[in-house]
Amino acid sequence: MSAYVLRRLIQAALILLGVSILTFCLLYLLPADPARQVAGRTASVDQVERVREQLGLNLPIWQQYGRYLWNLLHGDLGRSYLQRSEVTTLIFPRVPATALLMCGAIFFELVLGLTFGLVAALKRNSALDQAIMAATFIFISMPAFLLGLLLLYFFAVHLGWFPIGGYGQFKNLILPSLSLGLLGAGWYAQQMRSTVIEVLRQDYVRTARAKGLNRLRILGLHVVPNALLPIIAMIGLDIGFFMGGAVLIESVYGWPGIGQLTWQAIQQLDIPIIMGVMLIVAFAVAMGSLIADLIAPLIDPRIKLR
Amino acid sequence: MSKRFTQRFTLGATFALALLASTALAGIATPGHAEKAKDGGSYSIVFKDDLNTLDPAIGYDFQNWTTIRAIFDGLMDYKHGTNDLVTDLAESYEVSPDGLTYTFKLRKGIKFQNGREMKAADVKYSIDRVVDPKTQSPGAGYFTALKGYDDMVNGKAAELAGIETPDDYTVIFHLTQPDATMLHIMALNFSYVVPKEEVEKYGADFGQHPVGTGDYAMKEWVKGQHIVLERTPYPNHPGRPHADQVTIQFGLEPVVQVLKVQNNEADLTGDIFPPAKFLEVTKNAALKDRFYEAEQLNLNYMTMNAHVKPFDNLKVRQAVSYAINKERLVKILNNRGTVTSQVLPPAMAGYDPNFKGYGYDPAKAKELLKEAGLEKGFETELYFANTDPWPRMGQSIQKDLAAIGIKVSLKGLDNAAFNGIAGKVDGTPMSLTEWYADFPDPSNFYTPILGCASAAEGGYNYAHYCNKEIDKRAQAANAIADPAKTAERNAAWSKLFGDIIMQDAPWVPLLNPNRYTLRSDRLEGDKSYFVDVIHQPVPYEDVWVKK
Repeated sequence: MSAYVLRRLIQAALILLGVSILTFCLLYLLPADPARQVAGRTASVDQVERVREQLGLNLPIWQQYGRYLWNLLHGDLGRSYLQRSEVTTLIFPRVPATALLMCGAIFFELVLGLTFGLVAALKRNSALDQAIMAATFIFISMPAFLLGLLLLYFFAVHLGWFPIGGYGQFKNLILPSLSLGLLGAGWYAQQMRSTVIEVLRQDYVRTARAKGLNRLRILGLHVVPNALLPIIAMIGLDIGFFMGGAVLIESVYGWPGIGQLTWQAIQQLDIPIIMGVMLIVAFAVAMGSLIADLIAPLIDPRIKLR
Repeated sequence: MSKRFTQRFTLGATFALALLASTALAGIATPGHAEKAKDGGSYSIVFKDDLNTLDPAIGYDFQNWTTIRAIFDGLMDYKHGTNDLVTDLAESYEVSPDGLTYTFKLRKGIKFQNGREMKAADVKYSIDRVVDPKTQSPGAGYFTALKGYDDMVNGKAAELAGIETPDDYTVIFHLTQPDATMLHIMALNFSYVVPKEEVEKYGADFGQHPVGTGDYAMKEWVKGQHIVLERTPYPNHPGRPHADQVTIQFGLEPVVQVLKVQNNEADLTGDIFPPAKFLEVTKNAALKDRFYEAEQLNLNYMTMNAHVKPFDNLKVRQAVSYAINKERLVKILNNRGTVTSQVLPPAMAGYDPNFKGYGYDPAKAKELLKEAGLEKGFETELYFANTDPWPRMGQSIQKDLAAIGIKVSLKGLDNAAFNGIAGKVDGTPMSLTEWYADFPDPSNFYTPILGCASAAEGGYNYAHYCNKEIDKRAQAANAIADPAKTAERNAAWSKLFGDIIMQDAPWVPLLNPNRYTLRSDRLEGDKSYFVDVIHQPVPYEDVWVKK
């Protein structure tokens, strides 16, 4: 067990290294010039060059990366080019907001996705099943910001049930979580539907039915636990999936999380922030899937961690 | 003979006048606004993005600036609601006849928000700090005319030789060449006075913990959520500010900003007014008194790069200048701007109301292309940032140029990438961009975007235009530092910009976009504050809330 965790942690470190190299190279390849962004519109060419030297942007890319990695190993994510603050002090205070949003989103996607997936499977090929499946396709394919804006208009502006954006209270959390959760709920409903249909055909379900167990107990004891297994692995990966959505949803709702910061940083080409966010998200994804893998044997004793 | 031109304003008189003017205007211009300014209470302004910094040495956009202006002051300021320079922390100033020495007498008893009195050494420290390369200030370039600038930026000196403080209340600036924009620069955020002890306490994080002499002190900044400004315990401006507290809220989409202000849940929209709500709000009679249209020191224009063929040919550039239907561009923007044919916007000194430029004449354009030997047209590219309205404007221009045989492919890039490629000497044949002046002086439309120094690789002169003769004339105009000769100087700039367009045609000036602001029922103030060119969306300290 501990050997397994250690191996996975080493893997995670390698993934982070890979992500950092890839992001660094991609940002380096952009035709934009961060030194000019920092030096300002009226800076002379000399001034821009001086800023470039100070930021170390005149060095060859491998040297720039080496510096970055060295600082990173000392816990230093660098300073934001435009906000002129430590990247760590910009990112970490925003982590709780994004974590809260993710929890809300996971809650909604599980509750909605699993319920509707189960209902669709039990009523398969009915009109209800078809309606649910059509809805899941819409949620999966709809751009996150559009869904966010539609929900905002309908529930906050039109009906006035929720505040228009904002942060800090429970009622602020619902719409953003729902917007993000619905995207995942679509996937989960489809996944749940097909696994439940699969499980319902298994011999042990037939046996349970034959020995006269009532429907609810069959579902609760045999069907749902077995159908949940692939779902748990999915939750681990959700963190990465949600991060992409969070960038947009946080902007729509004014949610003060990492996504909002990232959006601003991308627009201003604030490379240290973009790098820092990428690393933190990659770390969260690696940890999420590790935890999911550690939970799996608790639910299904057949799974062995190797 | 030594002539001394001195401008003296006593602050009290200025304020009395301003107050008188504002009450008088309020009574005439906007009925229902006739009440006197009320003190106390609080109001909120809503924006999409959080601010980057409140360090006056670093902040470089409208959103930063207005908040920085509320927290800090400079030696000079603009009379709020106008473009007129007035003294602020300075009590008076003198300019030597050769324009090389500026002597400022400081007001006594000015206090920072930490309670310490501001003195001449603080003024010197603040400007030294901006020029110090370690600060990486985007405003350092404004001080090139000061003696010792080169030594300081090259690391040979730790302070500017050109700033002298003979006593606690006198600051003397020595210039290497006359610079007529000096007083404007003294009103720019980069010259704002900061207390050394606070800067040293917070180091590079001073921008998150600003302390100045302004009417409002920062009480709280919750990143991504809001900034709260509170009336300073050490007021330096009699009669200001009105509201006790101003909350700057972040994270709201422009459309949501309008909805909130419309419902009186917030008091003022901060960002560019969203096209989606524009028609609805303008047609809503109930909002008429709460909705403001303002001119800006802004131009949208298209550059043509003479380093890229066939734009090296003047006739081709002129042909393109004749071919653009600017009326349609303005229509595309829901009429949120005015067609123009010249470089300077109408709100800027030096604007020439009689200047005709090229006008819209496709037949003439075709004729010019024929003369250039390009009767069959040619293929080229137009670059712009891929945020609204640039792509829509690009499509309209593409259509116009197709009509005279020029096949344009449109290249929309994200803003940073666009600026990167347009900065290259032969990067873009044509580009679509805009310029907001940093201060209301015509030179600001030349030096950074048309001057030879900015034409180098990486400059903001996207046409990479450089005419040595014009550059000399610009320098000469900038050297007319005598405030009494302002009219002569503005006329020189006016002629210069006209000559650039008619003789060289590096740009097609397109339109001057307007700015729109919506206020809540309870936020009051003279109309001039809501259409202020310098303080956008309003000078925070001058508006007030109805009880």
